[in-house]
Amino acid sequence: MKKPTKVLVANRSAVASRVIRALNELGIPSVAVYSEADKDAPYLNQADDAIFIGEAPAAKSYLNVDNLFEAMARTASTALHPGYGFLSENPVFAQKVLDAGHVFVGPSPQWIEKMGHKTQARHFAKSVGWPIGLGSELLPDDNQLVKEIARSIGYPLIVKPAEGGGGIGMIVAQTEDQLLSAVERARSMAKRGFGSEALYLETLCLKPRHVEFQVIGDKYGDIRVLFERDCSIQRRHQKIIEEAMAPCIDRSLIQTQCEGIARGLGTLGYDSLGTVEMLYDTSGNFRFLEMNTRLQVEHGVTEEVLGIDLVQSQIRIALGERLKNILPDDLSPQGHSIQARIYAEDSKRFYPSPGRLQIFEMPVGHHVRVETGYCVGMEVTQYYDPLLAKVIVHAPNRNQAIAKLISALRQTRIEGLSTNIKALIQIIQSEHFMSGNVHTGLAMEVVQEANRKSA
Amino acid sequence: MAVEQLKSEVTGSVWKIVANIGDNIAPGDSIMIIESMKMEIPVICEDGGKLSALLVKEGDSVAEGQNLAEIEI
Repeated sequence: MKKPTKVLVANRSAVASRVIRALNELGIPSVAVYSEADKDAPYLNQADDAIFIGEAPAAKSYLNVDNLFEAMARTASTALHPGYGFLSENPVFAQKVLDAGHVFVGPSPQWIEKMGHKTQARHFAKSVGWPIGLGSELLPDDNQLVKEIARSIGYPLIVKPAEGGGGIGMIVAQTEDQLLSAVERARSMAKRGFGSEALYLETLCLKPRHVEFQVIGDKYGDIRVLFERDCSIQRRHQKIIEEAMAPCIDRSLIQTQCEGIARGLGTLGYDSLGTVEMLYDTSGNFRFLEMNTRLQVEHGVTEEVLGIDLVQSQIRIALGERLKNILPDDLSPQGHSIQARIYAEDSKRFYPSPGRLQIFEMPVGHHVRVETGYCVGMEVTQYYDPLLAKVIVHAPNRNQAIAKLISALRQTRIEGLSTNIKALIQIIQSEHFMSGNVHTGLAMEVVQEANRKSA
Repeated sequence: MAVEQLKSEVTGSVWKIVANIGDNIAPGDSIMIIESMKMEIPVICEDGGKLSALLVKEGDSVAEGQNLAEIEI
């Protein structure tokens, strides 16, 4: 007899909370997992079951495949949701989940593998007619060859890990004499972050905007592109504020990209949620960056403007439902949504700030949404990324969304560690952000200017 | 000869020690890298000097403000 569906959420914090909420709303039994550091997490009691999977360091718990499979067996789970980060883009792990007879809530492993390798993904993009910037193949070990390859691409350029993601390990070289040390640094960060030293080069786009497109496909060949998000507000190449829709870009240019992406993935069978990330330059050109084959941290702003639930949709697709029975045929964005990521780091240098949450008051309001995996009294440790909570607002237009977000951030009280809230407010209130004149260097420009003034 | 204590700016773990006892450290060079919340923070010796003692080893957890090394200036 077939076992009843039960989904183990192989992740922690805000995303675990988010997935458990979706499972509860769908009436599907859920299992939460926790490391030693997360034993007081609020979402553990929101799932049907919670199981300990190891000590705090990720390698001993959230990345421990044996412990996760044991947890699956002991809880009689039949499916696994990997969240984002951790094992979510590990094709070997996804295949292991499938081989064990479980459902993997994500795309087929071959898609994870194809898009996980960034130079392969660029080849794919080119082959389906997506715009790509000038870039190299995998770099050889020979420094002289690397220099020649760099010369053919031109400076300034950026060195990137080929098996990477999350903005980690990307180092700029403005001129040739910065090249080898940039390669060295990127190599060591790539090795540490992703276990691979493979690198490639791309021309550096000046003052680009990060514009990405939400994709959703089912297991029957149907695929849809659910418009875009602008994620240009970043520090250390990591997003801190994201919004839908992208401000000040002609809708027809967005539409063209949506159509190109849908055509490119077309009948190739991409069978879950995914995001095609692009850079948009000051001349109005898009270029493919990478495709993420998982749920993204910023998925909520798309949900807000379209009035849909992407996580529920992703789960339903994984369990065999058809996209046409999940989403209405015509979806058009209403209003504007902005997300701010509250990080456990200081607002001047963005250095990590572990500590115990002595006060943790989240904002409330109409169309003010909070996703978090923490509660008051919890220890925020050094072992994981610094995301404390996401605040997502929705309003009829961008100006109102901005005002609502500032109000929500002012309501937020967190004590016991440092947060980036002050910096978030500085950025959102800046002239350039308010006018929609965003680019990936804007956040640092605003914060560094604010630091100069207060010095 | 003065001895400066180099302190950690963050709570985290010692990921890598990149200098040896006895080395002359140039001003602004780093002697070790602390990792915390998936970020790497170099421990910089602003004024330079001779690394005379390492008070932690790779893998140790460190707290913000904890002494990590001694520099003879």
